[in-house]
Amino acid sequence: MNRRQTEEVREPLFHLTRRMGISPVKAWGIRAAAFVLGMLACGLIAFLLIERLRENPGRIGAFYYAFIKGSFSTSYKFWKFLKNVAILLCISLALTPAFRMRFWNIGGEGQTLVSVLGAIAVDFYFGGRIPEWLLLILMFAAALVSGAVWGVIPALFRAKWGTNETLFTLMMNYVATYLVSFFLVVWVPNGSSSLPRQQHGRLPTIGNDYLLIILIVLVLTIGLYIYLYYTKHGYEISVVGESVRTAQYVGIKVNRVIIRTMILSGMLCGLAGYLIAAGLDQTVTTESVGGQGFTGIMVSWLGGFNPLTMILTAGLVQFLNQGASQISQDFDVSGALPNVITGIMLFFIIGCEFFVNYKIHFRGSKKHAEAAAEMGRGIGK
Amino acid sequence: MEKQLALQLRGVTKHFGNKHANNQVDLDVYKGEILAILGENGSGKTTLMNMIAGIYYPDEGQILIDGKEAVIRSPKDAFDHGIGMIHQHFKLVDLFTAAENIVLGTRQEGRYSLRAVNAEVAEIVERYGFHLDPAKKVYDMSVSEKQTVEIIKVLYRGADILILDEPTAVLTPQEISRLFDVMRRMKEDGKSIIIITHKLNEVLEVSDRVTILRKGDHVATVNTRETDENQLTEMMVGRKVSLNIRRSEPVNAVPRIYVKDLNLYSSEGIHILKDLTFTVRSGEILGIAGIAGSGQRELLETIVGLHKPATGTITFINPKKDKPVTFFHKSLKRVKELAAQDAFHDRNMNPVSFQGMRNRDILKWVQSEDVLFREDEVIDLRDRTPLEIRQLGIRLSFVPEDRLGMGLVGSMDMTDNMMLRSYRKGHGIFLDRKKPQELAEQILRDLSVDTPGVSTPIRKLSGGNVQKVLVGREIAFTPKVFMAAYPVRGLDIKSSYMIYDLLNQQKEKGIAVIFVGEDLDVLLELCDRILVMNAGSMTGIVDARTTTKEEVGLMMTRTARRSGEAEE
Repeated sequence: MNRRQTEEVREPLFHLTRRMGISPVKAWGIRAAAFVLGMLACGLIAFLLIERLRENPGRIGAFYYAFIKGSFSTSYKFWKFLKNVAILLCISLALTPAFRMRFWNIGGEGQTLVSVLGAIAVDFYFGGRIPEWLLLILMFAAALVSGAVWGVIPALFRAKWGTNETLFTLMMNYVATYLVSFFLVVWVPNGSSSLPRQQHGRLPTIGNDYLLIILIVLVLTIGLYIYLYYTKHGYEISVVGESVRTAQYVGIKVNRVIIRTMILSGMLCGLAGYLIAAGLDQTVTTESVGGQGFTGIMVSWLGGFNPLTMILTAGLVQFLNQGASQISQDFDVSGALPNVITGIMLFFIIGCEFFVNYKIHFRGSKKHAEAAAEMGRGIGK
Repeated sequence: MEKQLALQLRGVTKHFGNKHANNQVDLDVYKGEILAILGENGSGKTTLMNMIAGIYYPDEGQILIDGKEAVIRSPKDAFDHGIGMIHQHFKLVDLFTAAENIVLGTRQEGRYSLRAVNAEVAEIVERYGFHLDPAKKVYDMSVSEKQTVEIIKVLYRGADILILDEPTAVLTPQEISRLFDVMRRMKEDGKSIIIITHKLNEVLEVSDRVTILRKGDHVATVNTRETDENQLTEMMVGRKVSLNIRRSEPVNAVPRIYVKDLNLYSSEGIHILKDLTFTVRSGEILGIAGIAGSGQRELLETIVGLHKPATGTITFINPKKDKPVTFFHKSLKRVKELAAQDAFHDRNMNPVSFQGMRNRDILKWVQSEDVLFREDEVIDLRDRTPLEIRQLGIRLSFVPEDRLGMGLVGSMDMTDNMMLRSYRKGHGIFLDRKKPQELAEQILRDLSVDTPGVSTPIRKLSGGNVQKVLVGREIAFTPKVFMAAYPVRGLDIKSSYMIYDLLNQQKEKGIAVIFVGEDLDVLLELCDRILVMNAGSMTGIVDARTTTKEEVGLMMTRTARRSGEAEE
């Protein structure tokens, strides 16, 4: 009798416990489920917001088809998709070594933007006056150096004075943007601040317009994977990221690793900037990077800071972007709706990581006792 | 006098997953008694107590207080039933006084009067013989005083059943005996006291009865007067265990490290190490005793090169006399310099001179191992970084206190953790994981590490196994000096004795061992000499074979005592 009474007031409605390990199949199952749920939520929101869909519910199929259409319906769209993935992936890869070191570099936007600026500056002043191949090399060098400088400044301040790298790198983004505005005023005498496409300093193409860029990023992905997982530098980055004290204990010079890695991170942003400047835009605006420096943070994080997984996450993010734009085109809704849709999807995709890392046990479920078990397990077996 | 039951557990069971943390445990606690709960790590002691204190709720079974069934869902429910638990980690507000901490969170009618609280606290202090000034701020308190505040906090709220979770782990012998006096007075006052501990001598000293738990089961409850250490251990571990640490006489102990006038300041300018002078000898275990935070950790960290001392010297004696010169850690240039200083002789004791020789011939001669050192190498370790020390060919092993925060990387597997010491080996930019993996597998076998495999992140291992991985790696490093800070903290009896054995093996190999410990009984049994520290100063070095626990305990608190007397 007594036991029954106490049953009613026993434990809270649910427990959260940290999973000590999850099989990859299960983890990907959770992520797939989140994707499907997110898609359903998008459909629901779209149904409520798009008048044409409400009037004609049969078109919901076309709504979902638009996602696929956005990236895969024509070969032009497909190549554009691959190109956009490559650029986004390149910026994400650039941020990854810093993140593995727990150096929260959110200045990818600015580091890439100054690299574009550096490359275009060389193009602007030397284009047509020196051989094309030399121009391309100088642009490349300028992009790498600008990116590296932008990356290493916060690292030096952190190493010398312990400044917070997150705020510092964030602020450097604004400096980069206003630097671009400044040069546009200087370079464009008519006051429109719109620099026309430069006639010189264009990367050669092979096969398709974008194939070279895609191949460069693919090689970079594999190279960075090897660097992070199989070299002494990569190992040092992981140790510093996990525990600065352990790093000091085994004699790793922590500040040196931080500075070295931020130079690398900045240089890779420089490569992304070079690809944008010489491979695509041939000009610079304050929107040349278009927020990809921030999207890259998410791509890197979602990919677990693993370059190979990041191919998938960069593809996913780009797929959503292009799908959402297609929807706004097909259903003639402008403005915010594509952003709403990508926002919902990302909410589900990022949110599901919580369920990958934690388990929920409801009261009364058979396994609810495991909750406390895993709570207490940690170290004690 | 008939004893009255205060607390009864009937068939209390708690599952954690498929595992029983507690299985059908029955327990009786009488009024006016001290009950010790004894068990190894993971035997379910703390889980059981947490159920009484309202932190967990039992899956099955009943808790009866004064014969009536009680539902304890939260620590507040426990308090309402007169149960108070003193945890190992104190929960006090540093900026508040003792009295303010004690009254914090209690709800009283009427106006809050600190003076009334002070008086009430003073009354409790008086009644049970505590030593405490109610107006003292927590940040000024020693560990023992903080514990006192925690106990009074529980008494102030009217607890009749007190649960103390390993209260002696952080105390000096003198403080422990004071605590036991207080516990006895509380017992006379009719309180029930449950003390969780794994120190057998304390169980025998203070308790009336002992309950032994093993793997979640209640093995037995015995009257303390009718038992002894061996019986208790056997019940606790499940088989006979030899509790003797075998200690050999040091063989050929020669100085290995001289520390002289060492002074260290923290970055905030606090004087952490004060004028330390001592010698570490090979083939000997030097124990370091002291209240936690007396500078033991910083001392070891300074020797391995993690801190820069303000003054003083640390000199390492490399035992190279009459041993062949190698290029292992020396360049040809350095060897030539040393030869010019007449540092070498050949197998026939003739001086070696490379004058007028070609480099190739010098190389050949040295590699034939016919060039020997005349004397031991004397190397200054001060102001060298850990990396520089290693590059000099000096192997200092160090098992730090914070295993996962400093010695190892929790998210990496055994192989990658082995690599921490050796990843720089070899030319080229790539890592060589083959040898570290072999080493990991060897340690897994030799020290019987309980893990699914060498590629499991070591964060998932239990404390004892994590320590085996760390100690195993540091031993595999074939050091000349082996330093360990609190290497058995949190380990069960079996693992602890395994670590003691490993330390002894190192000593017998002629390695100089430094052991920072907290259990004085172990220090006295294991070490050859004991250096006692107090607030960064050295209060002496004693012979572990002839000293007593009381002597060491007094030395640990010597200055603290003096200032205490001055206040009174």
